[in-house]
Amino acid sequence: MKEDLILAGVGGQGILSIATIIGKAALGQGLYLKQAEVHGMSQRGGDVQSHLRLSDKPIDSDLIPHGQCDLIVSLEPMEALRYLPWLSKDGWIITNTNPFVNIPDYPGMEEVKKALAATGNVVAFDADGIAKGMQSPRSANMVLLGATAAKLGILKPELLREGIRSIFARKGEAVVEVNLKAFDAGLKEAGYE
Amino acid sequence: MSEKLLLLGDEALALGALHSGISGVYAYPGTPSTEITEYIQSQKGYKGRGVARTYGEPPVHCNWSANEKTAMEEALGASYAGKRALVCMKHVGMNVCADPFMGSAMTGANGGLVIAPCDDPSMHSSQNEQDSRFYAQFAMVPCFEPSSQQEAYEMMSGAYDFSEKYNIPVVFRMVTRLSHSRAVVQPHEARRQNELHYPAADKARQWVTLPVNARVRNAQLVKDYLTFEEEAAKSPYNVFTDGPDKSVGIIACGLGYNYLMENFKDGCPFPVLKISQYPFPRKLALKLAEQCRTILVIEEGQPLVETALCGVFPSGITVKGRLDGTLPRTGELDPDCVRKALGLPERQGHEACKIVVPRPPALCQGCGHRDFYAALNKALEGFDGARVFGDIGCYTLGYMPPFKSLHTCVEMGGSITMAVGASLSGGYPMVAVIGDSTFTHSGMTGLLDAVNENADVTICISDNETTAMTGGQDSAGTGKIERICEALGVAPEHIRTIVPLPKNAAEMEQAIREEVEYHGVSVIVSRRECIQTAKRHAAAKAKEAKTQQL
Repeated sequence: MKEDLILAGVGGQGILSIATIIGKAALGQGLYLKQAEVHGMSQRGGDVQSHLRLSDKPIDSDLIPHGQCDLIVSLEPMEALRYLPWLSKDGWIITNTNPFVNIPDYPGMEEVKKALAATGNVVAFDADGIAKGMQSPRSANMVLLGATAAKLGILKPELLREGIRSIFARKGEAVVEVNLKAFDAGLKEAGYE
Repeated sequence: MSEKLLLLGDEALALGALHSGISGVYAYPGTPSTEITEYIQSQKGYKGRGVARTYGEPPVHCNWSANEKTAMEEALGASYAGKRALVCMKHVGMNVCADPFMGSAMTGANGGLVIAPCDDPSMHSSQNEQDSRFYAQFAMVPCFEPSSQQEAYEMMSGAYDFSEKYNIPVVFRMVTRLSHSRAVVQPHEARRQNELHYPAADKARQWVTLPVNARVRNAQLVKDYLTFEEEAAKSPYNVFTDGPDKSVGIIACGLGYNYLMENFKDGCPFPVLKISQYPFPRKLALKLAEQCRTILVIEEGQPLVETALCGVFPSGITVKGRLDGTLPRTGELDPDCVRKALGLPERQGHEACKIVVPRPPALCQGCGHRDFYAALNKALEGFDGARVFGDIGCYTLGYMPPFKSLHTCVEMGGSITMAVGASLSGGYPMVAVIGDSTFTHSGMTGLLDAVNENADVTICISDNETTAMTGGQDSAGTGKIERICEALGVAPEHIRTIVPLPKNAAEMEQAIREEVEYHGVSVIVSRRECIQTAKRHAAAKAKEAKTQQL
């Protein structure tokens, strides 16, 4: 079994924390993993993406081929659309709907929503809103990770919960709990039962 | 067995070097190489003076050097003293250290010496696509090119052993996609560091590269280079795998091998020669050509192997690759362009979305460079011929809207000297903008030229007290900038320090304008800490205060 994810967002939004937790869980499961990251200039408010590949067999390429990505996970709605040529025909988009507008020519939100809907399999919701509602605005990425867990076959949600526990353990039990709560809210948002 | 680790390619390389018994890493930050040194610094015990090691050995040196040339020379000195040393840098750093690097092929290595340049095909964070394998070939030294994180780890010990076996520096070529990609790595036992020992009597002469010695050494190096090729032909890193379909034979170098195999989940049907060690073993290519009339070369970067094959094969053999357009001439490889080169049907995803617009990087909100550029633009209003020579760092983004302040950006330190050259050619006003870390990297000598010429230039040092673009490493000149300028001969009354904040806009504009109107060398030091490092420092301070309360 293999699953290919593209994590997307804007430099500074925290897509790498999502990758770290998935990586931790995958390592614990003895899965093979390759995860290509973006460092350097783009991190200054530019578009950033990470190709994350998980498999029970050795992985060749660090980059996902076109049409092979199972899940696009994006902290920003237009950034989700940037990687459509990589998304497989039956792949899913899990995206935050709250736009990050730091450019003058950002497209209209109605257009963005229409384009997202046109791709077919979409879970789109206001992850920032949910995180704020839980008094934890910085946990939007954990809400998104929760929604991702609902669609991820290779790693069960409980393994990702363990990942969250171990990553945030040194920040104290309260921080762990907040992030787990955010994760569960995302899981619910994506209709996981 | 040690525990498996999830590591970036850079980190795997760093751990491989540590486990090969290095005594020091010498480097200047540069994407995508920075994480090598940072990984070594992150090991337990680092306090700015080195990493505590097992076996009760001295700590591994891992402070940043002023630039790649000083780093290379320091590492060469460590090698002279018999210790194993690592030099790492981004690819263009090889240009900065080219002099000692080329020299190191002539001196040879005593303690193992590995130079790890990280190339950046597709220029994710760079100004060109130069391929460091050419430097290895140019200097006549061997080059290792891992294709996975595990290889980056393992081949490091192979590189050090090779370096000591043949007393030769080894280039360890990385590329962005490996440097910045994570995978699971299985480490092995760590080797001890070397004891201090100087070159043996029969090798001592070559460390003094006077012509009388260098001529002898050069002849030996040419002979050795053939031996290195023999070694490459039997290297475990260069693997031939036969295949039933002889319509094409494939030479896949470094990461190119992964993109090839990605397209054949059940094994490649063609004979494949995987290359990870150079000089390119021509013998193995000839063996491939005995079976196949067409050879496809898949290599990341510039066509080194492809050109090396010219004149090697008997007539009637066709070589395909980047030069004939089978693969793109520029840019990094990916599974899709390799698929096309293999003649396989294109993989279809969703159609590209037309409403998506580019989102270029920009200076952070609240960054001092922003306030500086706003003031500079104002100060230069009315000067029709004004030209601003930029340099390498976050502040290069001053070229982009809304500032559009810069006219040039070439390489580290070029701002000052290009402004001097343009000024001596009659241009006015000529302004240079350079960061603090870039100034101490390669700007100081240019400022000395400016002073000696009494050039009519205004040098703006936008000092954020860190090497910001690469993530906030220590900057060699922090706290010393004005004194350096004064010591180089700039008149103290023309060294003006300003604090780039919105409330100081008028004062800054006036100071810059006054110095532009002064016909001689003046320096504007615009100093405010990088907001990214300031945030980190504030958080660390708060944490410390909290711990003390407890």
